[in-house]
Amino acid sequence: MAQTHVVATGVEARVASGIPTGKMGVWWFLASEIVLFGGLIGSFVMSRVGSGGWSEMAAHLSVPLGTFNTFVLLTSSLTMVLAFAAAEKGDQKGMRTWLLLTVLLGLAFLIIKGFEWGSEIGAGFTPMAGSFWSFYYTMTGLHALHVLGGVVVNSILFLSALMGLLRGREHRVELAGLYWHFVDIVWIFLFPLLYLSWTKGGI
Amino acid sequence: MSARVEVEERVSFFRTYVFSIDHKMIAKQYLAIGLFWAVVGGLLAYLLRWQLAYPDTEAPGWGFIGPEFYNMLVTMHGTIMVFFVAMPILLGAFGNFLIPLMVGARDMAFPRLNMLSVWTLALSSLVLLISFFVPGGAASAGWTGYPPLSAKPIYTGVNWGLNLWILALALEFASFLMSGINFLTTPINLRAPGMSMFRLPLLVWMQMTAAILFMLSVGPLIAGAIMLLLDRVAGASFYLPQGGGDPLLWQHLFWFFGHPEVYVIFLPGLGIVLEIFPVFSRKPIFGYRPIIYSTIAAGILSFTVWAHHQFISGMDPRLAMPFSVTTILISVPFALMVFAMIATLWGGSISFPTPMLFALGTLAVFLIGGLTGIFNGSAPVDIYIHSTYFVVAHFHYTLFSALFFAGFAGLYFWFPKMFGRMMNEALGKLHFWLTFLLFNAVFIPMFLLGAGGMMRRIANPMQYEFLRPLQPLNTFATIATILLLLAQLPFVVNFFWSLFAGKVAERNPWQANTLEWSAPSPPPHGNFDTVPVVYRGPYEYSHPSVSEEWLPQDRPTMPTATA
Amino acid sequence: MFRWLPEMVSTYGGDIDAMMYLIYYIVGAWFLLTCGAMLLFLILYRRREGRRATYIEGNSLREAAWILVPCLIVLVLDLWIDLRGGEVWAKVKRHAPPSDHRVQVTGKQFNWEILYPGPDGQFGTGDDLQLDNELHVPVNKVVWVVLKSKDVIHSFFLPHLRLKQDAVPGRAIEAWFKATKPGRYEIPCAELCGFGHSGMNGFLIVHPADEYERWVKEHWPSS
Repeated sequence: MAQTHVVATGVEARVASGIPTGKMGVWWFLASEIVLFGGLIGSFVMSRVGSGGWSEMAAHLSVPLGTFNTFVLLTSSLTMVLAFAAAEKGDQKGMRTWLLLTVLLGLAFLIIKGFEWGSEIGAGFTPMAGSFWSFYYTMTGLHALHVLGGVVVNSILFLSALMGLLRGREHRVELAGLYWHFVDIVWIFLFPLLYLSWTKGGI
Repeated sequence: MSARVEVEERVSFFRTYVFSIDHKMIAKQYLAIGLFWAVVGGLLAYLLRWQLAYPDTEAPGWGFIGPEFYNMLVTMHGTIMVFFVAMPILLGAFGNFLIPLMVGARDMAFPRLNMLSVWTLALSSLVLLISFFVPGGAASAGWTGYPPLSAKPIYTGVNWGLNLWILALALEFASFLMSGINFLTTPINLRAPGMSMFRLPLLVWMQMTAAILFMLSVGPLIAGAIMLLLDRVAGASFYLPQGGGDPLLWQHLFWFFGHPEVYVIFLPGLGIVLEIFPVFSRKPIFGYRPIIYSTIAAGILSFTVWAHHQFISGMDPRLAMPFSVTTILISVPFALMVFAMIATLWGGSISFPTPMLFALGTLAVFLIGGLTGIFNGSAPVDIYIHSTYFVVAHFHYTLFSALFFAGFAGLYFWFPKMFGRMMNEALGKLHFWLTFLLFNAVFIPMFLLGAGGMMRRIANPMQYEFLRPLQPLNTFATIATILLLLAQLPFVVNFFWSLFAGKVAERNPWQANTLEWSAPSPPPHGNFDTVPVVYRGPYEYSHPSVSEEWLPQDRPTMPTATA
Repeated sequence: MFRWLPEMVSTYGGDIDAMMYLIYYIVGAWFLLTCGAMLLFLILYRRREGRRATYIEGNSLREAAWILVPCLIVLVLDLWIDLRGGEVWAKVKRHAPPSDHRVQVTGKQFNWEILYPGPDGQFGTGDDLQLDNELHVPVNKVVWVVLKSKDVIHSFFLPHLRLKQDAVPGRAIEAWFKATKPGRYEIPCAELCGFGHSGMNGFLIVHPADEYERWVKEHWPSS
């Protein structure tokens, strides 16, 4: 049963508010993401204050690896900014290079994180080893999933740039960039909360 | 910017009815999902009421129920009615159908995302459906799923049923997050020329507020659901005190979402009623701006009331009164909306077709629901009535009014726009009066049962000496429930009969002002012949400068807007 | 509606009931007023040939006052309810009077385990006594209850005393009551706790003073 329809393909690009529609969609998406991580971080803080003894656990995390990973992720935010700057100038080659670098840095972050998890589990600190570890794996795991999502999105952008499909749609680099910076900022909260906030005998 | 590209295109059956990106077809898909689950939820209600009236006897058409199955019935009835009937119908169906039409857009801002969200809901429905048939049965820890009961399979005897319940909820949340992006971006960015924010119909405002409330409250519960799932399957201990967790954490996360969620459901229902009142009173809605401001105020307040569900949960008793005050305070913005609706009637020229009857019914029923909320909100009174049938009666008066009375009002009202045919008035009126009377016959006894102290979620009230004298009330409520379910038959007949044989509807059968009535009935893909230009607000009825009683938003009779 | 309330036999139950009556009369009056106005308008302003509705927008402050002033009254009544409620809440849940009678009630699927400290008043000593589902207390004496749970959340409900308090695993939550009439009252669990939730029920046995003495002698003959 095939029918003939008049289909409005290009929905008129009305922008009543002045903010591009795609960008507004991403902002609303990020607003809900902020609450998701906010809820998780809030639960972590409430549980930690409420029970105590988590400092000892937190001391087992590797601060050097965490710090290094923070640098990796921060650098990837910079390369993302450079990719967008190149896209705005119409510099396709520059855009592709910086996108590829962003993807690689994201992958590097995941590999280092995976190595960390491996060594922690090897030392017996599994998600079952207590509430701190339950929170640690959930928070870093959910964040890593978001990094993975960003890597996939950036890879798609890189591949479509490679095939020349991104011409005229460079604003998509900006949208992906918004998300990528958000993932970065979440880590800026997680890193001190999990890795750095412990004292001998503290809660 | 308004150059429109029309392409003559052959559209396959699948692209039209299944994988459609047209907001109107997606709305109908939501409606179908919602109505399907409404039937399931209604059947569960029948079974659980049967068990309460005639404990441990064979329910006609089913068989023995018993306490274990009863726990599953109450859990799934609540889950289904809130997440799989109310949200798909009030937001999914009405929001999707009406937002683009009312703002004068050709579709949602992100039509493909829209399709993805309805299909995510379909997947979620499938998961929930499967959960009924896994070994151990479906979830039975209450729709609120309080751990530790929900956090360890041994406590309920339900293993995969509850895991799938969590998964289905997570998918449902994802689906409505995607919808929320569309519900907000579309009215903000795709408004027709001349449609300023303060010319938007109130229903659009209500849907937008609901979307914001949902998007800003569900995140913590998604995090909470992940933690609950990890407690169950990975041996984590977020909620288990044995491993250092805290059961109350879940209650905070659940109700931080759960209370705004009530308004996520209620506001779109209220929006429907606010659209219908002016049309059949032939008068502008009284206090358009005050209503918008109080909606926003209620939305903000709803984030500060959650712990009123936890007065006796063991949280610090010093916290109770602040939450009690915010809770009771929320009655002020809603009182304003009720007063505004009644003031709209004053000096009107009121007619009573089916949609108006259901709209008035919503107001009357919600009034009882809202007022009885004061009892629950008062911390000392809650000590006694917490977890009793008083609470059950209260939230059915609020949610049933939004979901069924307002939902039916909306269906009778917009049916001609959705399907191009009118529904039958006589059957509609019969449906209203039966539903209205029987609804009260079901739930007024529950207030009395609650005053008598009957606890929620007990499978057999006859096991308690102090409840035995109340049993006739239970039997009465059960008989009324069965009749209430049967009273929906006129609607089913009317719906399907009108779908194929109803009177063909013109564009504007109710002589209403908002933009959807300027489009053909039903509107084609793309909605409008030409994008409308808006000259005035949505409720200019009986305006002194024109002879007709109505004045559509896009009719250019007056050079400037009236406001 | 409140003739359905179970008989009230505690010192603070009357305050809670009075609170309920207060709210009942306030919201009852509002319900009659609002519904009355609605019905009146529906009859007065029903559609009639030749009459046109009055065009009123209600956006100006002068018009909106018709709904804003009632809202102010609602606000004042709300604050009244809050103020009175705060006092009652503090009485029941915050300021427990001193007591010599302490029991520990532990919820478990699907029983109340009731632990008496014995004559020494200390839990965890040799003279502790545990009874299932039987809470014996003297009349007109303040009793403190420490609520615990072994597995899931239960809720300790004394409908006749207007007391309810959840028992949460991992916490020890205190509650108190003073029963004013001897008798046998039920203690249902009021929070869904599994397949045996329905029927999880204990008994509060309130003894007159002399009878309570006999009960104590019976169980701790040495004292």
